[in-house]
Amino acid sequence: MALFNINVNGKSQQVDVDADTPVLWVLRDNLRLLGTKFGCGIAHCGVCTIHLDGEATRSCSYPISEVEGKKIVTIEGLTENGDHPVQKAWIEHDVPQCGYCQAGQIMTASSLLAQNPNPSDDEIRRAMNGNLCRCATYTRINRAIKTASKDM
Amino acid sequence: MGKNFEFLTRYKEVGVLTLATILIIVFAIACKAKNNPGEYVSLPMAKKQDSLASIAAFEKVYAVLMHPRCMNCHPSGDIPLQGDNSQIHTMLPQRGPDGRGIATMKCATCHADKAVPGDHTPPGNPSWHLPPADMKMVFQGKSARELALQLVNPKKNGNKDMQALREHAEDTLVKAGWQMGGNRESPPISYEEFKKVWYAWLDNGAHAPSK
Repeated sequence: MALFNINVNGKSQQVDVDADTPVLWVLRDNLRLLGTKFGCGIAHCGVCTIHLDGEATRSCSYPISEVEGKKIVTIEGLTENGDHPVQKAWIEHDVPQCGYCQAGQIMTASSLLAQNPNPSDDEIRRAMNGNLCRCATYTRINRAIKTASKDM
Repeated sequence: MGKNFEFLTRYKEVGVLTLATILIIVFAIACKAKNNPGEYVSLPMAKKQDSLASIAAFEKVYAVLMHPRCMNCHPSGDIPLQGDNSQIHTMLPQRGPDGRGIATMKCATCHADKAVPGDHTPPGNPSWHLPPADMKMVFQGKSARELALQLVNPKKNGNKDMQALREHAEDTLVKAGWQMGGNRESPPISYEEFKKVWYAWLDNGAHAPSK
């Protein structure tokens, strides 16, 4: 065990964990930020996606020792009031079905739009390839991202 | 006597001019062959020229480069391969212009500088990437001859000269092939043995096998 200083949603935190502990474990078990979900644990499904210095990142495949000095943003910190254009479009298009994947989907989509405010359908599909939705709401996800892009 | 001398002098002048012309033509052909990507087989800085030793060494080099640990990131398409069976990488990540992926689907989206331990977690490396889009350095599907010719051609090998090619054996991503973690199969020879045959191939002229 060792002490690690991390910045999560703009707040400095100190955690005492093993250096190999995945960031996802720290977020959920140590900091009780439960919006970020566990899916596969091997970066194959995308539900654990967070922003690391603005880049969509799988929190299950990053050990805590690799994120000191970087800015972590989780779904709780994306906006103060849950009114990011992607979140509003998510509601407008009634995207979620079971909803388990949506935190990861929204974090990936918001990172995409920050880098490419007006993506084509093909660019959206390629960018979202790593985020699985077992309810297969992909069409609504695509539409919501197109809608959100108009507010970016 | 005077006429004979004049004839011989002219004969010599014509001979010298002809020889000079031939030399110029040979030099021009040699230069062209050197710059032709398909025929560049021997590097000028090679320390010695033992084509048999070079080709014998390349047989082992080729076995390593075509192993999934190396070839998976030198695919013929724009999506990396994955696993000991070199299947298309799940999630279909794209090469991108610099070889490091596209927005939200970069190599570093899942591959950290250092991996989380586990049999199936993404391997870690600070420089995880494919070759860039403007020089893809494809290994997949290449014969030993094709790959050898490609490796010594600066227009197809990442602008590497002889020294850079030798140093490439020390690249952290090359070394990573033997430190992939989990239950992933390692290349057929050790890293130290690979370096020996890599240098033996280069230092003996970097000759390409016939097939």
